[in-house]
Amino acid sequence: MSSSKHSSSQLRVGDSPLIKWLLIGLTLFLTTILLVVPLIAIFQQAFVEGAAHYFNSLIEADTLHAIGLTLVVAALTVPINLVFGVMLAWAVTRFEFPGRKILMTLMDIPFAVSPVVAGLLYLLLYGNNGWIGSWLYDQDIQLMFAWPGIVMVTVFVTCPFVARELIPLMQQQGREDEEAAVILGASGWQLFRRVTLPNIKWALIYGVILTNARAVGEFGAVSVVSGNIRGETNTLPLLVQAQYEDYQAAAAFASASLLAMIALLTLLLKAFIEWRQERSLKIEAEKERQVTQ
Amino acid sequence: MGKYMATHLSAAETRPRHKRVLPGLSLSLGTSLLFISLILLLPMSGLVMQSVDMGWDRYWQVISDERVVASYKVTLWAALIASVFNGFFGLLLAWVLVRYEFPGRRILDALVDLPFALPTAVAGITLATLYAQNGWYGEILESLGLKVAYTPWGIVLAMAFTSIPFVVRTVQPVLEELSPEEEEAGMTLGASDWSVFRRVIFPALWPALMTGIALSFTRSLGEFGAVIFIAGNMPYVSEITSLMIFVSLQEFDFPAASAIASVVLMASLVLLFAINIWQARYLRRLHGRS
Repeated sequence: MSSSKHSSSQLRVGDSPLIKWLLIGLTLFLTTILLVVPLIAIFQQAFVEGAAHYFNSLIEADTLHAIGLTLVVAALTVPINLVFGVMLAWAVTRFEFPGRKILMTLMDIPFAVSPVVAGLLYLLLYGNNGWIGSWLYDQDIQLMFAWPGIVMVTVFVTCPFVARELIPLMQQQGREDEEAAVILGASGWQLFRRVTLPNIKWALIYGVILTNARAVGEFGAVSVVSGNIRGETNTLPLLVQAQYEDYQAAAAFASASLLAMIALLTLLLKAFIEWRQERSLKIEAEKERQVTQ
Repeated sequence: MGKYMATHLSAAETRPRHKRVLPGLSLSLGTSLLFISLILLLPMSGLVMQSVDMGWDRYWQVISDERVVASYKVTLWAALIASVFNGFFGLLLAWVLVRYEFPGRRILDALVDLPFALPTAVAGITLATLYAQNGWYGEILESLGLKVAYTPWGIVLAMAFTSIPFVVRTVQPVLEELSPEEEEAGMTLGASDWSVFRRVIFPALWPALMTGIALSFTRSLGEFGAVIFIAGNMPYVSEITSLMIFVSLQEFDFPAASAIASVVLMASLVLLFAINIWQARYLRRLHGRS
């Protein structure tokens, strides 16, 4: 960076065109290498043996089954974690109680724990040798190496997302609106639906999208508890691995391209939500300005 | 739990300003505690019991096994290099996204989250294909005499890829809210860009930067899906600790898997608590100033 004196017209660090375009150029270069090219490569590899091969590998029975199972897992995981996330966010942002901080730290554990460890935790408890699993085995209930186990570990891995999006927002918004509604006689459900929900709507949607993206793509934890039975307990990420290790690279990338499309959709929805939020903030600021005038 | 609520109620009654009018404490707190106990604490107790059952000698033997110790080293080093790289790259990305207007800025901003949204197994096979000897990047690197795929550098690469967003997303909001006065004063007095950055901006950013690097490090330690495809998984050379757990499980050696997992779990819990305490402290300092 230059050590020469600047004219007083430049007020902020890095505003000189040379530094500005150097930094932008470097960023775009690194982002292209690290993010853009891999993204393109997924689709290029998927179509490397032609479009016919691509679509044929997607309609294979194993692939269709994996898609179905992945959707079922996400459809069960998202509502569970939606309810939990809202409950937890309500408890920790609307009330003071001892152990509140500990509760919030506990909620972060699934973020910090290796997914393989997460899978192992469930296998130890609910597997046929585990102390709950052995009892379930006697009742002829099999959770591990079957779809319920996949749902359980996915719930574990994705449980912090909704709460994490809601807590900072609800803390910032405070409880005045809700307290006013209660004093005016709103019931608990009315309060939530008419006052809280409109305020947290976008953060809630974003939390759901993130939960869904992780639920669809979870690999480590699921591979520990799934047993990898093709056409039975293979989710889409596990199928990607199975095909890749079978030297069916094009088929693996075809399956991967579906997951990549979900990821792109997630990013698009996120950008849209941020745009909406920025716009509503601007409108509010404009209103306030007019009121003060 | 009942006792806690009772103390809370009496405290609320004595301080009318904080009188609790909102409904749903027992419902929301009860559901949260039940959920956390069922899906988090109960399974963790299973791990503790399994580790206690095996006895100290066997436990120590498993966790200090030469191959496992080699995996700790590889994992720690790779995670450290990956998170330090992301410290630089993330700071650069955050700076460019906050400070400059240019075509494609919104797309770049959205793209930063790709590693979070993309399933790790997809990232793994893609990086392995790109950096393999006959891949787009592998060929170039080969001609330079470098090898990334199926070496410990592949692990670093996969870890760096999956944790790119952490530093960007922790530094970005702090950079946005930085007040311009001090910076402008420095610039008006004729100090260079670099010295104003070093003396004014960096001190305000570094708590967020450290938090981002620590989060990136924690995530990298646990990364599995992206790593195993590109690591080559050679014993003593490029096996990560998560893989050692996975291998023990495939051999149905549950005690060994649990012992190694308990080490990983303790390491990540210590890191998580340290990050939370650190964050609380610097947030308090920030609020204290304003």
